[in-house]
Amino acid sequence: MRERDEEWTDLMRSAISGDSAAYHRLLKAVAPVLRAAARRGLARAGQPVDQSEDIVQDILLAVHLKRHTWDANAPFAPWLFAIARNKLIDALRRRGRRVFVNIDDFAETIPSEPIAETAPASEVAAQLQSLPARQRDVLQSIAVDSASIKDTAAKFAMSEGAVRVALHRGLASLTARLREQ
Amino acid sequence: METDQLIRTLAADSAHRAPPVGFVLTLALLAATPVSMAMFFATLGVRPDVMIAMRNPFFDLKFLVTLAVAISAIAVSLHLSRPEASLHGWAWLLLIPAGLLVAGIAGEMTMPQRLPMMTRLVGSNSRPCLTAIPLMSLPLLAAALIGLRQGAPTRPAVAGAIAGLLSAGLAATLYASHCTDDSPLFVATWYTIATALVAAIGALAGSRVLRF
Repeated sequence: MRERDEEWTDLMRSAISGDSAAYHRLLKAVAPVLRAAARRGLARAGQPVDQSEDIVQDILLAVHLKRHTWDANAPFAPWLFAIARNKLIDALRRRGRRVFVNIDDFAETIPSEPIAETAPASEVAAQLQSLPARQRDVLQSIAVDSASIKDTAAKFAMSEGAVRVALHRGLASLTARLREQ
Repeated sequence: METDQLIRTLAADSAHRAPPVGFVLTLALLAATPVSMAMFFATLGVRPDVMIAMRNPFFDLKFLVTLAVAISAIAVSLHLSRPEASLHGWAWLLLIPAGLLVAGIAGEMTMPQRLPMMTRLVGSNSRPCLTAIPLMSLPLLAAALIGLRQGAPTRPAVAGAIAGLLSAGLAATLYASHCTDDSPLFVATWYTIATALVAAIGALAGSRVLRF
């Protein structure tokens, strides 16, 4: 645990100082931990655990957009888990309205059962369609078609700077839409 | 969209740098202060005997108290803009202005007074105090909320209430130079009610706009 935390903190420090490969590695490393936490939270709340992927993506977006609030002299894990906890509570509250069976008493047994197929995340993809055309096109190109910023710029006859702006605005408005939904 | 695709997209955006919360908060408050000052000078203005009043330590104490509210609230709100932060270990900062007021009240008690205690407490400006401070707070509160939106407070209502304290402290600093009631008893009663009102508005607004 301690080693893992130190590794995350180091990766995040590199990420903040501009190393996007370190940032990519960090997000890949935290995603399974977030997924397990989301599953646990859903199970405790008596919700189907196969919805965990939407929560994971929600957390990752918040981590990305709020990473400037992380203090580079502090360990990364407590900051990450505070964001994750906040997003998980939000998600459970949103889904909570649809709960009518209380299975709290045996919820604890769910995680030990064979893990059901995880439903693919659908919320981010759905909100993506409601973005302004330019933001949507740029996000589609980079996320789904795996194009680089440079290729995306060439494809839409935009400058790389404009692609970067559209990418960031797209991510920010996606997050705002997910929050308001 | 698969999570791996999202992660790759976030990494592609890693060059984007958001300005720190303190920077945005400072800019927003600097922009809102002239608005509140314009409201103040257009309607109330500094009391005419201000030069004489400044020699009264209880007049000066009002500014000490209101600025202590504003400054401690700024410190606490910046702290709370980090998701892993809690009020624990920081709430005492907010007690500084209360301590100053208690000291002021005790000090006033030891001095001979021309007016009875209740008269000093009720004063003659309670109504303007209760309207001017909240109204002049509003532009500052909006600015504080804009600044704190840049952060990631996990308890948005609490952060909003602190933003309310911050803006009420600044607005009360303006108002104090107009008000002729200098008794710490008056300040402890009416300024506190006005500030609590703004804090409540801040909590309500914060619980909506400070979620992230």
